[in-house]
Amino acid sequence: MTPRRQRMLLIGLVIAGVGVSAGLALRAFQENLLFFFSPSQVVAGEAPDNRTFRLGGMVVEESLQREPGSLTLNFVITDYVNSLPVRYTGVLPDLFGEGQGVVVRGRLVSDGGFLAEEVLAKHDENYMSPEVADALARAAEAGAK
Amino acid sequence: MIPELGQVALILALSLALVQATLPIAGAALQRADWMALARPTAIGQFVFVGLAFGVLATAFLGDDFSVLYVAMHSNSALPSLYKFTAVWGGHEGSLLLWLMILATWTMLVAVASRSLPEELAARVLGVLGIVSVGLLLFTLLTSNPFERLFPAAFDGNDLNPLLQDPAMAIHPPILYTGYVGFAVPFAFAVAALLSSRLNKDWARWTRPWAISAWMFLTVGIALGSWWAYYELGWGGWWFWDPVENASFMPWLAGTALLHSLAVTERRGIFKSWTILLAIMAFSLSLLGTFLTRSGVLISVHSFASDPARGLFILALISTISGGALVLYALRAGRMGAEGGFRLVSRESFLLLNNILLVVAVAAVLFGTLYPLFLDALDLGKISVGPPYFNTVFLIPTLPLVLFMGAGMHATWKSMSGETLARKLVIPAGVAVLLGVLVPWIIFRGASVLTMVGVSLGFWVIGAALLEPVQRMLASNHAATVLSRAQWGMTLAHLGVGIFILGATITSSYNIETDRSVRPGDRWEVGGYEFVFRGTRDFDGVNYSAVEGEFEVRRNGSLVTIMTPEKRIYRVQRSPMTEAAIDAGWSRDLFVALGEPLGDGAWSVRVQVKPLIRFIWLGALIMAFGGLLAATDPRYRRRKVAHEARVGAGASPESV
Repeated sequence: MTPRRQRMLLIGLVIAGVGVSAGLALRAFQENLLFFFSPSQVVAGEAPDNRTFRLGGMVVEESLQREPGSLTLNFVITDYVNSLPVRYTGVLPDLFGEGQGVVVRGRLVSDGGFLAEEVLAKHDENYMSPEVADALARAAEAGAK
Repeated sequence: MIPELGQVALILALSLALVQATLPIAGAALQRADWMALARPTAIGQFVFVGLAFGVLATAFLGDDFSVLYVAMHSNSALPSLYKFTAVWGGHEGSLLLWLMILATWTMLVAVASRSLPEELAARVLGVLGIVSVGLLLFTLLTSNPFERLFPAAFDGNDLNPLLQDPAMAIHPPILYTGYVGFAVPFAFAVAALLSSRLNKDWARWTRPWAISAWMFLTVGIALGSWWAYYELGWGGWWFWDPVENASFMPWLAGTALLHSLAVTERRGIFKSWTILLAIMAFSLSLLGTFLTRSGVLISVHSFASDPARGLFILALISTISGGALVLYALRAGRMGAEGGFRLVSRESFLLLNNILLVVAVAAVLFGTLYPLFLDALDLGKISVGPPYFNTVFLIPTLPLVLFMGAGMHATWKSMSGETLARKLVIPAGVAVLLGVLVPWIIFRGASVLTMVGVSLGFWVIGAALLEPVQRMLASNHAATVLSRAQWGMTLAHLGVGIFILGATITSSYNIETDRSVRPGDRWEVGGYEFVFRGTRDFDGVNYSAVEGEFEVRRNGSLVTIMTPEKRIYRVQRSPMTEAAIDAGWSRDLFVALGEPLGDGAWSVRVQVKPLIRFIWLGALIMAFGGLLAATDPRYRRRKVAHEARVGAGASPESV
């Protein structure tokens, strides 16, 4: 092969490689996008039924119930307008608590509740995730109308 | 009175930086030796004043001066002294001052080490560093003054975030920042080359040790961060694709590409404009990392600030510095001619592939990190991109990258017959595939395709890295002298990559993770180990109170270790913290974390067995050590040398 043809071959290979990987990357991207919804949006039917998303709000006081001796627990997340029951099995993060902001990742189940695979409650006790703060503000606005 | 001295020192540093940013560059353009000569004294003066400001802030912390707002926000009189000192960079303002301190240190080192450089180049490099410094000093003084007073003074401080009260946290930010900020030096060299339109092999030889040093610190910094997240965040993961982690990983990837491109530029005088572009990219990504972590756009433990003015300022700073450099690049890069060509099968081709694949990896990570921010900013909904995305898109470029890496090490410069290369590598490749299939099956009794590919690639890189030195050592009796120091550096860095791949693959594939509820006296088995929960006790630490659980671990009946994870409540901020217990070992880590009490003496606990996880950080440290060897190669210490043109077809394949 002449150097010129070699170079064309190299360029062709690179372009093909970039094309294939961009395609694969976009697919991975679409499959792994996680949307965020508030309880009000879920109640209004905006959240998908069959895929994972994130739900955020406040944990309702005295809503936390543990199934005795097991790691499964139930609690209710609210944006002070609408609420949604959540079930989770596992160890809770340090800063999870009633009356505090929380974000859970999981999906809707047939009884209308939310089955969480992961509970996120980082940061200090005064902190509220901007997403949760935003969801509360929007719900309050909608409720006032 | 003393805190005000710190502020005065910063203002003095700014005035020196203004001189350093203008006159030396103008002097280089106008051939004014007196203006160029200002570069070094201003750089050293700046180091002194920024150091003074840093010292003042540290003194305020150690002396519990709660009349300084920043100290009151991030310290407490009950905090142990070590953490009072590290609290200096525990918040936004202080970490910026640390950034400045490190930039001033790098600049000072360049000023001292640049005596063998042509005067014009030294003046331009220091001038560009001065411009960066002006931007960051203005940012600190205008939006984030760490010396602001609190009136009336607080009686006691708000305490340091308990997550940051940790020895690794003490050294993680300085080392990480040293790497981040270190890329300012190759950036300055690149802009200086653009300003003069001159870039030759000597330029690459001068730039290389700086780039390697910055890369080395960044490597250690990222590894420390990963290790800290592993044991301190409490849940045993080692990489989360958190935007903050990505912010440090992207400059690392671009920096790695830069090192390899610089090697080609130094040896062959080609890839010049590409090298310049990568130098600009690496530093721009470092600045972007600062923006992401410091502007509050991310929801994370790392973003202390949530003041929009700060975000806008950093954004303007990035646009000015990176944008300016890119405009200059567009105008000037065309003037840098290549000094030679190369054939399809050659080391140059492999290094080109390395560069392209690394840049693709940067693009994939950048996209996943920034896309949610864009959507949010445009009010199009709140989304996040999960780790599976990053895992997938990161493997797409890195699998071929690692495959070609092994071959690239054995390719010669300029051209080589594909047949020779294949003959050299067929045995290591065969052995790697064999081990990749056998090892997971024999040790772990099963493996997925991806696991076997990963293990094979790990062995492939290790084998390819060791092939040359082992062959030479067998042929010679002076083991240490068979390779030059830089060649040992390359060998070790690549060996580190192989060890890292083994660790990451095995840990991800065979990690056993269980959550369960246990009562005192319970016994259960995880991954061949028997765990016995013996109960909990309460105790008081220096500035926290804690519950400690006791777990006995047995294997085949004999006691392995006793593990004592804790749940702490820090008294000032009242926040609970999980302190996991880890029994570290070469072959596996045992990890136990206490969850919460479930009543009746029962606790939720998380127990994990993580095979080979130490290889992840070990690999990174070996990479960094390779960098250290390469950066200190004697050839970089030579004084002004006559232009040498000894590079050519005759150069030996493994010289780097």
